[in-house]
Amino acid sequence: MSENEHHVVPVKLYMLIGGTLLFFTWVTYAVSKIDLGPLNTIVALCIATFKATLVVLIFMHVKYTSEKLTKAVIISAIFFLGLLLTLSLADFGTRNWL
Amino acid sequence: MATAVMPEQRTNFLNAEHGVKSWLLTTDHKRIALLYMVSVTFFFFIGGVYALLIRLELLTPAGDLVQADTYNRLFSGHGIVMVFFFLIPVVPAILGNFLVPIMIGAKDLAFPRINLLSWYLYIIAGIMVIHVLLTGGVDTGWTFYTPYSTTFASPKVVETGLAVFINGFSSIFTGLNFIVTIHRMRAPGMTWSRLPLFIWANYATSLIMVLGTPVIAITLVLLVLERVFHLGIFDPRLGGDPLLFQHLFWFYSHPAVYIMILPSMGVISELVSCFSRKRIFGFQFVALSSVAIAVLGFLVWAHHMFVAGMSVYAALIFSFLTFFIGVPSAIKVFNWTATMYRGSVTYETPMLYAFGFIGLFTIGGLTGLFLATLGIDIHVTDTYFVVAHFHYVMVGGVVMGYLGGLHFWWPKITGRMYPEGMGKLAALIGFIGFNLTFFPQFILGYVGMPRRYYQYPPEFQMLNVLSTAGATILGVGYLFPLVYLIWSLKYGEVASDNPWNAAGLEWKTTSPPPTFNFHEDPVVDFEAYNYDELKEIPVER
Amino acid sequence: MSDSHASAVVSAGAHAGVQDQAHRELRHHFVDMQQQANTASLGMWLFLVTEVMFFGGMFCAYLIYRLMYFKDFAAASQSIAVGWGAANTAVLLVSSFTMAMAVRCAQLGKQKLLVIFLLFTMLFGATFLGVKAKEYYDKYEEHHVPGMNFSFDGKLLGHPEYVVNQRHAEMFFSIYFAMTGMHALHMIIGLGLMAYLIIASMRGKFDTGYYTPVENIGLYWHFVDVVWIYLFPLLYLISRTKG
Repeated sequence: MSENEHHVVPVKLYMLIGGTLLFFTWVTYAVSKIDLGPLNTIVALCIATFKATLVVLIFMHVKYTSEKLTKAVIISAIFFLGLLLTLSLADFGTRNWL
Repeated sequence: MATAVMPEQRTNFLNAEHGVKSWLLTTDHKRIALLYMVSVTFFFFIGGVYALLIRLELLTPAGDLVQADTYNRLFSGHGIVMVFFFLIPVVPAILGNFLVPIMIGAKDLAFPRINLLSWYLYIIAGIMVIHVLLTGGVDTGWTFYTPYSTTFASPKVVETGLAVFINGFSSIFTGLNFIVTIHRMRAPGMTWSRLPLFIWANYATSLIMVLGTPVIAITLVLLVLERVFHLGIFDPRLGGDPLLFQHLFWFYSHPAVYIMILPSMGVISELVSCFSRKRIFGFQFVALSSVAIAVLGFLVWAHHMFVAGMSVYAALIFSFLTFFIGVPSAIKVFNWTATMYRGSVTYETPMLYAFGFIGLFTIGGLTGLFLATLGIDIHVTDTYFVVAHFHYVMVGGVVMGYLGGLHFWWPKITGRMYPEGMGKLAALIGFIGFNLTFFPQFILGYVGMPRRYYQYPPEFQMLNVLSTAGATILGVGYLFPLVYLIWSLKYGEVASDNPWNAAGLEWKTTSPPPTFNFHEDPVVDFEAYNYDELKEIPVER
Repeated sequence: MSDSHASAVVSAGAHAGVQDQAHRELRHHFVDMQQQANTASLGMWLFLVTEVMFFGGMFCAYLIYRLMYFKDFAAASQSIAVGWGAANTAVLLVSSFTMAMAVRCAQLGKQKLLVIFLLFTMLFGATFLGVKAKEYYDKYEEHHVPGMNFSFDGKLLGHPEYVVNQRHAEMFFSIYFAMTGMHALHMIIGLGLMAYLIIASMRGKFDTGYYTPVENIGLYWHFVDVVWIYLFPLLYLISRTKG
C-alpha cells in the first residue's frame, strides 16, 4: 500500500498492542470461569473481535494506509462471510417454527 | 484496410519465441489464453461425448443402451466436465486472459506467473478427472450430495473432489489476477467509466470467483476428510445434516452460474455495440448491473433446495430474493435492444450469435422465474424443466456468447479471418439444433419426466427423439467451427489490425499483437464505444 | 473510483527511493516499484479474502451444529485442555508481534534484526505447533479422535445427570480436528514462508526500496493469527462454568 511503504510504526506502539492482546487473552480466559449464561459467548466473541481489530489495524497496517480499497476488501470479506452464516441460519434457525 | 504483410512475417506474440518450452513456460497472458483454448475445447468435446451417450440412451423409453448405474456415471461425468472444466473457465480464461490486459492498456496481467500456475492447476485437475472417468467415474451427479457421496458412492469421489478443489484454485487465481490488474494497471486516462463492458463483466465475475470458490473448496475438503479420515461432518450417524452440505455447496455453485454467464454478457455488449455502430445504451446501467448480479447472486443459493427439507420460512426468503436477480439481467437485455434501435445493424457471424444469446438467454432467464416460484418449483423441480432452463442459459447463453466472441476476436488473436459464410451457417445450424434439443425438454419436464432417469414412460418418447435429433444437429453446429477455425489458421484471409473498425484499445494494436501488447504505451483520451468517431465496417477485413 | 497509481507514468523523485524504476526487482509489466508493491499488496489482501471464505465454511458448520447440539458440544469442549489453548493463543500473539517487528526492520533496512525477528517468529510458530501436537496426542490417548475407536465419557459441568450424546460429541471433535488441523496446515505453510524469508534476507534480497515479500507474508501470518483468535473461544470456551 502506498503509505505502508513509508509509514514506520513505532516500536512502543507495537509493544503496547502486543501487551494489550496478551492481557485480553487472559481476560477471556478469566471471564470464562464466571457464569454469565449466554453472555459468556458474547463477551468472548467481543473480546476476540477487539483483538482481531487490533491485529488488523496496527500489525497489518490498515490504520496507516491511504488506500480505501484495502478497507473495502476487508469489509467485503466480513460481509460475505456474514451472508453465508446468517442465511444458513435462516434455514436451521427456523426449522422448528410452525 | 487489408495489409499485404502476412502475420507470420511480423513479430507478434505467436512467433516471438518458438518451441514447446516457450509455450509451456510462458508468462505471456496471450499464450496462456491459447493454452486454455486448446485444453478447454478438449474438455468441451469430452463433455459433449457424454451428452451424446445420454441422448442416445434417451432415444427409447426403456433403459436399453446402458445400465442404470452407468447412466448415473454418464450424467455425472457430463455435469462435472461441463460445469468445472468448460463453463467456468471458457470465457474468462480464454477471452478474458487474452483481452483484459490489452483492453485496459497494460502489458500483461498483474501476476503473470500465477496466471501460468492457474493453467497448470487446471491441467492437473483435468488429468485427475480424466483418470476418474477412465476408471469408472462417479455416479453422485456433479452435485456430490451427502450422505451418498460420503458413504456408499464409489471411492472415486475422493479423487474427483480433489480434482475439483484444485480446479477451484485455478479459478480463484484467475479472478484474483483480474481484480488486481483492473484496479492497478489501467493505462493513463483509462478511468472506470471508460472501461469496456467486457472488463466490467470480468471484474464482476472475478469478485464471485474470489468470494465463492473457496467455499466449495472447503466443502470438498470436508467431504474428502470424511471419506478418508472419518471426520463425520456430514455423517447423519453423528447427527450430521445433509442440508449443511447443500448449503455450503450451493453457496458457491449458485454464484458459479453467474461466473459462467457474466463474461458472456460482457461479450454481447461488445458485439451489439460494434454491429449496431453505436455506443451501448445506458453504459453505467449495464456496467453496474454486472456488479449487481455478482452481489445478488450470493443471496439466492437455497432456491436449489426448496424441496430438500429446508425450513419453509427460509424457502420463502430465498424465493423472494431470487426474483430480484432477474432485474439486472433484464436491464442488460433492454439496453442491448435499445442499442440496436436506430443503430446500423449488420449481421456478421458474431452478431448472429449475439442475437441468439439475447433470445435464448431471455427464455432461459424467464423460466428461472418459474422455478423461483415455490408452488411451481415443487411441481417441476428435478424434472427436465430445470434441465431445459439451465441449458438455455448455459448453452444458449454462455456458449453462444463465447462463440460470438471467439469469432469477433479471432482476427485479433490469430491474424486471420474465419470464413464468413461458414460462420453464418454454423451459427444457424447451432441455433436450430439447440432449440430442437432443449425446447422439448421444457414440455417433458412440465408433463413430469424426471431428470437423471435413464428410462421414462413411452408417451414421452416423441419429445425425447426430437431432443436427441436436435442434439446431433447441435453437435454439428459445434464441430463446424472447430474445423473451419483451425482451417483458417493457415488458409484464412489475413486480417488487418481492425477488421471491424471496432472501438476499444485492442483494435489499436496489430493483429496478432506483439508480446508486450502495444508498440507504444497507450494513453486513453476517448470514451468507450466511440462509434460516432469510427467509420463503417470495412468490406475488406 | 479513481486510482492514482494507474495513471502514474513516471514518478521519479516523488517517492523515497529514487531508484524506483531502475530497481533490480522491477518486473517488466510494471511502471515503477510503487505500482508493483501496491499490486502485490492488493493481491495478498484478496488472497486473504479467499482464506476468510475458506475457513468460513467450517465456521458455518460449527455454528449450525453448536446451535443444534449445544449441551453435547459444551461437554466435549470442556474436555480439551483450556490451559494449553490459552498458552498457545499467547504464543501466536507474540509471534504476530515479532512478525510486525520484522516488517518494521525491513522497512528500515536493518537486515540483521530482520533475520532475528523472523527467526523468533518461526520459533514461536513452531512452539504453537508443538503444543498442538501434544494436544492432539492427548486427544488420541483419550479416544477422542473420530474414526479411531472414538469413545467419549466426559460429563457436562454442573449437569451430572445429563447423558452426553456420543455421536454429537464425535461431531464436535470432527469439527475440532478439521478446523485446528486446517489452521495448523496454514501454520506449517507459514513456517515454510518464514524459512524462505530468512534465507532471502540473509542473501540481501530486501532493502528499503523493496521488501514486499516480507510485508505480504507478514499479512498472511497475521491472518492465521486472527483465525486462531476466534478458534480459541469458539472451540475451548463453549462453556467453562457449571451453568
